[in-house]
Amino acid sequence: MIEVRGLTRYYGDFPAVRDVSFNIGENVIVGFLGLNGAGKSTVLKVLGGLLMPSAGTVKFQGIDALDAPDSLRKKIGYLPEDPPLYKEMRVQEFLTWCGEIKGMDSASVSKRLPKVIELCDLKSVQDRIIGELSHGFKKRVGIAQAIIHQPDLVILDEPISGLDPVQIVEMRKVLKSLKSECTVLISSHILSEISQTCDRILVLHGGQIVAEGSEKELSDKLSRAPRVELVLRGDQDAAQKVADAFESVTSVKFTALQGDLFRAVVNLESDDREELVAQLIGAGLGLRAMSEDQSGELEDVFLGLTNAPDGTAGRLEAKPAKESEAVEDEASEPTDDADTAESDEEDES
Amino acid sequence: MRGMLLVTKRELGSYFNSIWGYIVAAVILMIDGLFFNAFSMTEEARYSFEVLRDFFYFSFGTTTIAAILLTMRLVAEEKQTNTIVLLDASPLADWQIIGGKYLSAFTFLAILILATFYMPLLVMVNGKVSMGHIFAGYLGLMLVGSSTTAIGTFASTLSRSQLVSAVIGGVITVFLLISWLLAKVAEPPLDDVLSYMSLFDKHFRTTFMEGRINTKDVVFYLSVSFAFLTMATRFFAARRWK
Repeated sequence: MIEVRGLTRYYGDFPAVRDVSFNIGENVIVGFLGLNGAGKSTVLKVLGGLLMPSAGTVKFQGIDALDAPDSLRKKIGYLPEDPPLYKEMRVQEFLTWCGEIKGMDSASVSKRLPKVIELCDLKSVQDRIIGELSHGFKKRVGIAQAIIHQPDLVILDEPISGLDPVQIVEMRKVLKSLKSECTVLISSHILSEISQTCDRILVLHGGQIVAEGSEKELSDKLSRAPRVELVLRGDQDAAQKVADAFESVTSVKFTALQGDLFRAVVNLESDDREELVAQLIGAGLGLRAMSEDQSGELEDVFLGLTNAPDGTAGRLEAKPAKESEAVEDEASEPTDDADTAESDEEDES
Repeated sequence: MRGMLLVTKRELGSYFNSIWGYIVAAVILMIDGLFFNAFSMTEEARYSFEVLRDFFYFSFGTTTIAAILLTMRLVAEEKQTNTIVLLDASPLADWQIIGGKYLSAFTFLAILILATFYMPLLVMVNGKVSMGHIFAGYLGLMLVGSSTTAIGTFASTLSRSQLVSAVIGGVITVFLLISWLLAKVAEPPLDDVLSYMSLFDKHFRTTFMEGRINTKDVVFYLSVSFAFLTMATRFFAARRWK
């Protein structure tokens, strides 16, 4: 359905997106995950036909976006992070107008409107002025305008930002219900949201895709060596000797606790924890507790892939050096949010 | 065409649903009325022709000011409030969006211009009014309104600030108003060009203002409108590539 090849997008001299390629099928929810400034919004804007690519091709249902941008936009619904709403209009009037500018005739809009209002749960506010609605309802009106014309592709940029927990749960239901009638692309930097809503995740960083797949596939990509935390009783030197002699221990860190208790955080090359424990006990140490560092969760994968400065980055393998450079490049930009910079530049123009 | 009219419909709604449209209309009609009272309804006996000529003279000024004030928000406000995304994501062509916005501002301005019609009718009370003069004058005002609305629409595409848009639109309009003065100090052939570009002196003062219609002036005003709308569309379209 969507075929992106070598997509690059510059804002002036700044490459917001670099050589991005991916395919997306029909009736799936795909999440774009990335830190602020990763290039998510830019990719979505290009897919939505709001921006033209600097290089590369974007094909939607086999048609190049550059060949027929206006007609392709008929098949796409787009909602940016801040819902674009004419606040002086009433909900129903606004949605009718949106349907009409997207090519629907009045009869089709009248037929479609009740379904969209029901889907987005706007019945209670359909006659109210948009400016008077709560943020949650404004988001829903934003989604409603994006789907009023029954698009084949719905693009939602940060759809849950600014919503309270109840609204988030309701929004999740709306997003999942959309899947039955179209493909949905959402962007977020909220990991739990992406993992709960999306069938597939594309992780963007520094304007490039650094990983893609389901949550499980992404977790599998993180081949982390086990790290074990032990609480031991006895002589710390004896524990140090065991660790030094144990082949798969790469590092160990001791922290003194009460009395003769101490904590040992051991990084292992391979999962030989039973053998390690046996040797520690054999050396006369008492084992009070043992826990394993939780690995493979999406948050770890994300932090690892984006090389976030929390100390976890070093535990990843297959991390291209250039991505680390990209982080530095981005950090040196005047603003740390390229998405904001993008819109600013756009607006300045 | 339907897309353009949909944009026009919404924009017109925003003029009538917001206080801004009413403020501009009230201020312009008040200034028009005050000028009419001050210059036309004097004790001194005057020909109806002179009264009408003066009326169209100051109406020229209020029309250009109204056009700049009405157009400054057209695109700039959409950029400011980010509602431009709705239009960007729609299948409407750029010319439909610009055309629709221009048409809405021009329609509102035309209503405003026609709302001054009671003033020439008042001249009838004590004088003999030439309907041809009134028709020519109003046609001229409509054409001036069309040109300045197009200039304002163009200026509005250049910035996200309404104030900056108004200033740009004002500067362009003032330049076209005083170009006949610049023509006096310019060397040939620039003097001819500057003289021809004069919105008021060359194309309104001696023709529409005095009740005459010259096809050349009609073509001039329509050309200015077309040129600035074309530039507005080009600048507006460029946003997708920047």
